[in-house]
Amino acid sequence: MENLIGVLVGAPLLGALILLVGGRALDRLGHWLGIVFATTSFAVGCVLFADMVGKDAEERALHDHLFSWVPVEGFQADVAFQLDQLSMTFVLLITGVGTLIHFYSVGYMEHDERRRRFFGYLNLFLAAMLVLVLADNYLLLYVGWEGVGLASYLLIGFWQHKPSAATAAKKAFLVNRVGDVGLSIAIMLMFTTFGTFAFSEVLPDAGSASEGQLTAIGLMLLLAACGKSAQVPLQSWLGDAMEGPTPVSALIHAATMVTAGVYLITRSGEIFNGAPAAQTAVVTVGAVTLVFGAIVGCAKDDIKKALAGSTMSQIGYMIMAAGLGPIGYVFAIMHLVTHGFFKAGLFLGAGSVMHGMNDEVDMRKYGGLRKYMPITFVTFGLGYLAIIGFPGLSGFFSKDKIIEAAFAKGGTEGWILGSVALLGAAITAFYMTRVMLLTFFGEKRWAGAPDPQTTPDVEPADGHPAVGAAPHPHESPLSMTVPMILLAFGSVFAGLLFTVNDTFLNWLEPVTHHEHGDSPISAGVVTGCTVTAMVVGVTIAWLMYGRSPVPAVAPRGSLLTRAARRDLLQDDFNHVAFVQTGSYLTRGLVYLDHKVVDGMANGTAAFIGGVSSRMRRLQNGYARSYAVSMFGGTAVLVAATLLMRAVA
Amino acid sequence: MNVLAATTSTSTGEAVQFWVLGTIALVGALCTVMMKKAVHSALSLAGTMIILAVFYLSQGAYFLGIVQIVVYTGAIMMLFLFVLMLVGVTSADSLKETLKGQRWLAATCGLGFGILLIAGIGNASIDSYAGLGKANADGNVEALAALIFNRYVWAFELTGALLITAAVGAMVLTHRERITKPETQRELSQRRVREGKQVTPLPAPGVYARHNANDIPALLPDGSIAEVSVNKTLRARGQMRDVSNEPMSNVAELEGQAESWLGRVTPKRVVRQPEENGSPESESEGAAK
Amino acid sequence: MNPVNYLYLSALLFTIGAAGVLVRRNAIIVFMCVELMLNACNLAFVTFSRIHGNLDGQIIAFFTMVVAAAEVVVGLAIILMIFRVRHSASVDDANLMKL
Repeated sequence: MENLIGVLVGAPLLGALILLVGGRALDRLGHWLGIVFATTSFAVGCVLFADMVGKDAEERALHDHLFSWVPVEGFQADVAFQLDQLSMTFVLLITGVGTLIHFYSVGYMEHDERRRRFFGYLNLFLAAMLVLVLADNYLLLYVGWEGVGLASYLLIGFWQHKPSAATAAKKAFLVNRVGDVGLSIAIMLMFTTFGTFAFSEVLPDAGSASEGQLTAIGLMLLLAACGKSAQVPLQSWLGDAMEGPTPVSALIHAATMVTAGVYLITRSGEIFNGAPAAQTAVVTVGAVTLVFGAIVGCAKDDIKKALAGSTMSQIGYMIMAAGLGPIGYVFAIMHLVTHGFFKAGLFLGAGSVMHGMNDEVDMRKYGGLRKYMPITFVTFGLGYLAIIGFPGLSGFFSKDKIIEAAFAKGGTEGWILGSVALLGAAITAFYMTRVMLLTFFGEKRWAGAPDPQTTPDVEPADGHPAVGAAPHPHESPLSMTVPMILLAFGSVFAGLLFTVNDTFLNWLEPVTHHEHGDSPISAGVVTGCTVTAMVVGVTIAWLMYGRSPVPAVAPRGSLLTRAARRDLLQDDFNHVAFVQTGSYLTRGLVYLDHKVVDGMANGTAAFIGGVSSRMRRLQNGYARSYAVSMFGGTAVLVAATLLMRAVA
Repeated sequence: MNVLAATTSTSTGEAVQFWVLGTIALVGALCTVMMKKAVHSALSLAGTMIILAVFYLSQGAYFLGIVQIVVYTGAIMMLFLFVLMLVGVTSADSLKETLKGQRWLAATCGLGFGILLIAGIGNASIDSYAGLGKANADGNVEALAALIFNRYVWAFELTGALLITAAVGAMVLTHRERITKPETQRELSQRRVREGKQVTPLPAPGVYARHNANDIPALLPDGSIAEVSVNKTLRARGQMRDVSNEPMSNVAELEGQAESWLGRVTPKRVVRQPEENGSPESESEGAAK
Repeated sequence: MNPVNYLYLSALLFTIGAAGVLVRRNAIIVFMCVELMLNACNLAFVTFSRIHGNLDGQIIAFFTMVVAAAEVVVGLAIILMIFRVRHSASVDDANLMKL
């Protein structure tokens, strides 16, 4: 069984290699090749899962040592995989959602000339993400971490002919670098503290390190998680990352890669358990991002950016849960999985809408689409119900658990976190309802909106309307709708499946461990509050967007709205705090270099040169001038002699 | 030194001689430095040297006094005059200082040095002197010979070698071996044409006056002067005459003479003519009146 | 009169000669000023000889004269040669050693 782990990672890696090296010869069937490799990986994952389920809880972890990477005395870096329940969860999520999105992309990218390359990148991403979650040490995890960063960069900038996409890719890459530096520092700290990178040695040994060391490592890991998972303060790249193709947004920037931070924190749970300060930082970051992302999501008119804000907010939930310690790890991962389902479904739905709306992303130019895209409407609607936590759907269970855990944290901190989580739930309900209403309900607001009864819904010959033409909404092809339907199933049932009999809890418990916090308020009350918050959010949204027609051009809005449209000024802040400061600093340094460093060098040279050129005037070549010097010297000698004699 | 032999004062005659001749020697030295013409400098120096010879004689250095006259004044100074004749008068004779601050520096250094020397000598407080009566008892030349050929014989031999070397060196330095064939007149003329600087012979000096006016430049057609028409040495000495008004008035004067001879004269000029037959300056003044 | 006065005269002559070396440009006059300085020294030597009552000062003066003769011979030859090549007897024109 262990050997299958290699296949798990190897299949998409091989696919990426073939697709990217293979060249144009593979253009015609490249996407099917990509799907084959992704599916293989998923199938192997299923086999391993079945095998794992068949074993006892304590014996489930598999270990596969491939080769020694850096076999140096005292510095042993191995390429070795470790498949335990936590990794297994991620493997299934990654390969499962990944495979679905591969299928979806076949339809979505049908008209793109570079589809083969796209699938190559997707496979590359799968391989890197699998390395990330399967690595048995932090160094290999770092390889996967950088690999997904690369894949993310390549895919965000996939439509590199668009300057906005190219810029977004660069932005994502740069912001991620900040986090990556944190991870590399954390790994270095681990090496100096524990002398090894392996999970199996570092984590059980975490108690031996001082709290200060653990806090330092934890904070660096948090920095890494912030970068990869778009948490405040490194969140600014996620909104722009929506420039990438929608399947990418669904897979990488909603379901899998952005949750790597949650994985990292959960995986390093023993370190955080020993560093309460770092944990506090984690929950703070999570709580802030939770509200931050939700507010941004409320203001965006771009459907993908609204969903990106939502992603940010939901990951904030997960990070907060992970920061709660053993009472939250399981729920963080559970929410991660359910979120993977419904957010991927939502993104795919959004992609479907865009596909039918001629790549229009402004929700104010949608409206009334439920008649034109019934399947998209239903699947999107199920995802919507899941994310707002409609009772019975997956988001309800996972989010409810997190809110409970937040209250269970105890003390003032618990109350604050719980309230923030509830507030987040309300805002989530608000902005998701807004998205839903703007997109599928109300008046038709797209340009030259035809009456569906009189105008036949004719697909253009090439199946893709020219850019700028009036959109004519239509349902997407099967390759797109089927994944959406499957994901909708996931969004509906996953939560229930996980919660009944505490299946998920029991599944992960051997890895992450779990303890029940004693909540100051009973679970029932929390659930009631959550549902109430959701209802309040939905109601407000309906009052604002459902009752009255929505203007096609966004009104000016309040100060908060305008700030939120600008991503709550995060870019402006970065610009002022880092870009401008940096450029002032460099300008200052350049000035310093010119004036002080060069000035000293040049000044010395100029001084010597000046003195020399003045001295040179003495060397005028005239014998008489030299004679004067000699004569003057003689006079001085005589004077000295007389003086000496006088003194003597 | 024999203390008893020491005296503190010379004879009055020597004192008078010192003060008179010493003053003249100082003046001669100053003239050497300040005379514009090198020949005058050389003559002043010769005079100073003769006075020094007299001082040598009066101080009991009879041999040196004679040598001073024969070698210095007779040979060396004549050599100087000989070289001066060869070199001729140059612009270097000018007393005008060309190096900035040189004169001030020289004056400062000279003054300082002189004051220091005099102060040093004054500080030495030499009240008495031994005199050479004893040393010169057997005759100055014999005593010197005894020293030269005994104690200083090695230095004397070296001096001989030095003199011979100097003679050979002077010969080598001044001897010019002709390493190329001298240019013929044809070649010279061809080179003149090739260089194109002055193809024709140099212009003759202006000859407006009645004397041989070698120091007056010729006039070019536009009235400006042709400096090359005057000898180089005269130019260097600054002895080229100013030509601005002079030739013009001279020409006018010549014309006047012709007119007077023809009987068409202004009587004033005819009357003044024979009186002011002297310098051209006075003539031009007369013409102006 | 004390023979020291000869020394004062010697000092004055020497200083005047030195000033002449510094001030004049004609190499021959410069050379004459050098001779003046040498003569001033000779006067001092002769005077010292008289003051001390021995002839060594005169011997030195004698050697000075011989060396001066040799120096003049060579020096004038050099001046002549320079004049022949550069058509100038100015010490300022021989300034090729400057930068």
